[in-house]
Amino acid sequence: MVLYQPDRSKYPSQKKDGSLDIDLTSGKYLKLWQGPQHPGITGNMSLELTVCGDEVVEAKTHVGYLHRGFEKLMERRTFIQCFPIVCRICVPEPDFNEYCYAAAVEELAGIEAPERAHWIRTLILEMGRVNSYMMYLGGQAGSLGQGVIGQWTTYVRDLMLDRFEELTGARIYHMFILPGGVRDGLPDGFEARMEETLQEIESTLSDVYDVMFCNAVFKKRTIGIGYIDPALLEPYGVTGPNARAAGVAKDVRKDQPYLVYPQLDFEPVVGHDSDIYTRADVRRRDVAMSIDLIRQIIAKMPKTGPLMTKLPNVMHWKIPRGETYIRGECSRGEYGYYLVTDGSGYPRRVNVRGPSYTHAVALLERLIVNVNISDVAALMVSLHTYPPEIER
Amino acid sequence: MMHTLYAELKKHFPLGELTAQRENLGFITVEREHLRALLLHLRDKEGYTHLVLLTAVDWIEDGIFQLTYLLSNRDKRCDLGLRAMVPRDGASMESIHDVWPTAATYQRELFEMFGIDFPDSPGVHDPFILEGWIEIPPYRRDFDTKKFAEENFTHREGRETNDPAEYMKKQLYPDGA
Repeated sequence: MVLYQPDRSKYPSQKKDGSLDIDLTSGKYLKLWQGPQHPGITGNMSLELTVCGDEVVEAKTHVGYLHRGFEKLMERRTFIQCFPIVCRICVPEPDFNEYCYAAAVEELAGIEAPERAHWIRTLILEMGRVNSYMMYLGGQAGSLGQGVIGQWTTYVRDLMLDRFEELTGARIYHMFILPGGVRDGLPDGFEARMEETLQEIESTLSDVYDVMFCNAVFKKRTIGIGYIDPALLEPYGVTGPNARAAGVAKDVRKDQPYLVYPQLDFEPVVGHDSDIYTRADVRRRDVAMSIDLIRQIIAKMPKTGPLMTKLPNVMHWKIPRGETYIRGECSRGEYGYYLVTDGSGYPRRVNVRGPSYTHAVALLERLIVNVNISDVAALMVSLHTYPPEIER
Repeated sequence: MMHTLYAELKKHFPLGELTAQRENLGFITVEREHLRALLLHLRDKEGYTHLVLLTAVDWIEDGIFQLTYLLSNRDKRCDLGLRAMVPRDGASMESIHDVWPTAATYQRELFEMFGIDFPDSPGVHDPFILEGWIEIPPYRRDFDTKKFAEENFTHREGRETNDPAEYMKKQLYPDGA
């Protein structure tokens, strides 16, 4: 018989070597797999839960369902051939891969992209951020049974995909930010259509606030759950909205400004309670900030000027030996590329640093202990993880 | 900024040369036995509290793995990469999971993908991404992806396989110019 203990933090007890004293034959515990096919899981990963009653006592994150070996593949491709591959590392927000890779190659090759390309790159990254957050809001509401929110946000995300399509020619993988600049300028009338889309998103965001954030069930099931202690941020490499919801204004756009962010007026969105509700609220307010940034970019960006720097012959493009790290603030936190070159025509090593790598494994495995099974999905989604960037 | 920090660190630790990639990004080579002390010093005394990444580069021609520990100081807006060289044969390195718990994940992946062992790191020998892998660790330079694919996957009719560089050359210069 399992007796209820008000303080569950030390349950089950630990063995001498520090591992948990879990005897599966005792009948007290059960192994439960959440994922890889499960409505309460993000993408292609799974959680191996050990539960006692309806409470999780231990969890392990399993990834590898989507491993395509991108980092290895890139070692056999020329620098320009890597460019169409990188966007596939993160499906819902692929543009950061393009930007970080392009910027890393430019830096090591000693190339400077034109000013106008910087503006368009920033615009694309902010558009991608809005899309990613829209997907998140639908997922977060869906994890608690509010299916309709996902339908609304998917609709407005589709409008933004229309803008992506007319700008880049593609909806999901844009392949637009290449080393040396961007492929094209804004099409005629883009600004007006973008404004219509932004207004539609603002209207939906207002509805989402009323129906999701003011909903008693949503509040009851998210406030106080999944608390991230600010002391855990550095040991666990927590960045982005997960850190900002804990009261730390970590935002690469401010901390180490890149592209044209120094010329834009904004302040990182910060929350204080560090629970699921606060993280969702930080992201909702972040969307509003991105909308404002898109308006600023469109108003301030130069309308004419070169978009591409002339590249050397890409067939024979050799980059001198060196190494660098380029980072950006994606919707989930710090996204970065560590690129090593050896003087040949191929990258020696490309390492992708996705924020989900730290959030979905070590951090999630810690936060999930003592959580009710029914809250696992909401907790996992609240960390906003995309498995492809874990396994690259 | 990098040079000031480097001069300060050099007083306490034997260091290799500094590669100042940018004003706020530098790389320093450090002897593996001094790495842990240096990491702790940077974290506790210099404000480099954020472990950005931990990864490896295979310099097969020199018979070494380069382990790169990239740290970040948010207040000073500065990044520092520490390079520790370990021999490829029987590659092993001291674990830093007790300094940054999240390092355990990186170390688990490095063991799986490069075969670099980190004794005492929690779950370091548990499969991370690959399952039932019996070949040499796949991110080593001597693992041939093409040969592996040809041996393990059957050819499908109607799909041509081209060498990417040759194919691109043919597309760009069809007359062989």
